[in-house]
Amino acid sequence: MRRRAKERLFFLLFRGCALVVGLALLIIVGYIVFLGIGTISWEFLTQFPRRGFTQGGIFPAIVGTLYLMALVMVIAVPIGVLTAVYISEYQGKSRFAGWLRVAVNNLAGVPSIVYGLLGLGMLVLFFGWGFSLMASAMTLAFLVLPLVITASREAIQAVPSSLREASLALGTTKWQTIRHHVLPYSTPGILTGIILSLSRAAGETAPILMTGVVLTKSILPQDIWDTFMAMPFQLYALATQTVFEKTKDFQYGTALVLLIMVVLMNLAAIIIRNRYREKYKW
Amino acid sequence: MAYRQRVTAQRRRFYDRAVYVILTIVSLFAILVLAAVAVFLFINSYPAFFLIDQWQFFTGTVWDPTNPIEPIYGMLPLLVATLVVTFISALIAIPIGLGATIYLSEIAHPRVRKVLKPAIEVLAGIPSVVLGFFALTVFAKFLWETFAPGWRPDDYLNLFNGAVFLAIMMVPIIVSLSEDAMNSVPRSLKEASLALGMTRWETMWKVVIPAARPGIVAAIMLSVGRAVGETMVVVMATGSSPQLTWNPFSSGQPITSTIAIEIGEVAANTPHYHVLFELGLVLFAITFALNFVADYAMRKYTERYQ
Repeated sequence: MRRRAKERLFFLLFRGCALVVGLALLIIVGYIVFLGIGTISWEFLTQFPRRGFTQGGIFPAIVGTLYLMALVMVIAVPIGVLTAVYISEYQGKSRFAGWLRVAVNNLAGVPSIVYGLLGLGMLVLFFGWGFSLMASAMTLAFLVLPLVITASREAIQAVPSSLREASLALGTTKWQTIRHHVLPYSTPGILTGIILSLSRAAGETAPILMTGVVLTKSILPQDIWDTFMAMPFQLYALATQTVFEKTKDFQYGTALVLLIMVVLMNLAAIIIRNRYREKYKW
Repeated sequence: MAYRQRVTAQRRRFYDRAVYVILTIVSLFAILVLAAVAVFLFINSYPAFFLIDQWQFFTGTVWDPTNPIEPIYGMLPLLVATLVVTFISALIAIPIGLGATIYLSEIAHPRVRKVLKPAIEVLAGIPSVVLGFFALTVFAKFLWETFAPGWRPDDYLNLFNGAVFLAIMMVPIIVSLSEDAMNSVPRSLKEASLALGMTRWETMWKVVIPAARPGIVAAIMLSVGRAVGETMVVVMATGSSPQLTWNPFSSGQPITSTIAIEIGEVAANTPHYHVLFELGLVLFAITFALNFVADYAMRKYTERYQ
């Protein structure tokens, strides 16, 4: 009987832990929605800021974040997916693949601020790219590369080997098998990883802070070598460098728009993954 | 007909070969990036080894790089602040994270799990700058105004304030990784234990958790690495004053904060600039070591159950 009581006590404790986590999410999201919802309007989303972030909107910061995400996608996705194909389909046990796996694991643990230092030291100064959209996007691409690789690898390895063997037995080459049988089935998993990676890139602040983001700019970036505005940095800079009472609407509004964007991307990723889990049961 | 088939077969084989070569080259990129991180951190901090007294850098108790008479670069205040926030956040996140994991994987009703798991994933997706903003504008005020003077934190923005939100970032990492570890414990082990008359709690405590321990250790190491390297939360929440203190309720400035705040204000190739890269190198070394331990634990784990 005492054993049962003990069990009940511990289970209650664990339920409490889960409850705390759920509550933390609810409070944070709820509070930011509550504070920011009043600021959001069509004007706020489509206009440039005026009078030191007290009037107008955050249009250029939204556009900057979208440009950044698009560039990160163009750079990181092909490299990440192809690397994942290489690791899981070609050289599973070779020494080079072993090194590659170690490199990917370690890259995943490198702090974002260190990527920022790399971007500054290598891309901005050594390559002479200057403070630019391109330098920031490349830095973020480095940062999300391990995420793309890991997610894609897991998706590819979830495809049963019987499928590959059946295809190969019909006389196709390895690449044909991958192209027509392995990749189509792993696409949803890869897509999930890509969306999560991009949402991570959208919210990162430290790396872009050191490689090209600016607080104010009267025009949109003209090309990839131009500086740019972005939501996470705008939130950080307004919150730490301006008088709170003056710009608080902009702070709450920026936080909310960024949060909504990132949460929607996360939900989309989760939905895609769950649907595909039900669709393909091996 | 036969001739044509032979040609296409040849072409396909050539194509296959070409794809292999391309994939190999592309895969080099990840290794190059890691090498670039190490090389550029080293190159950019190398001058600091001579310009700055290294003994003073590692043992100095004062960080005052903008001192007009003579800048002082002592890393200890920053390192101690990093240790304090990491320790406190681990203290909060590890029990809560593991408790939530056990709840999710062993106790929760499937319907609850269906809601809670995505919720934790969404929590993982919240940008650190938003968490930092929340800590700065909401939570710091809450801590300050809820407790009477004498009981409340010594500073409005303090290390504890940052640690709470680092813990919120760590929990989802711990949950998702250690849940994987617990789920891959063979079911036969669990069933054997239950069949011997153990309660579910005893089974969990004495069978499942020990079996999953390497995976859980890896999860904790990776989440601690994340806390050590996290920047925006501590920049915004801990109040930026590089003082040497072990008191979590006073303000402080961890290593990551220092880099983020000061890198924008220094000119390239000045001593201060090189010192900031050296701080980056220290940070890289710490996270590299944590990763190494996690990797080792993980490898041991996969060896055990395959």
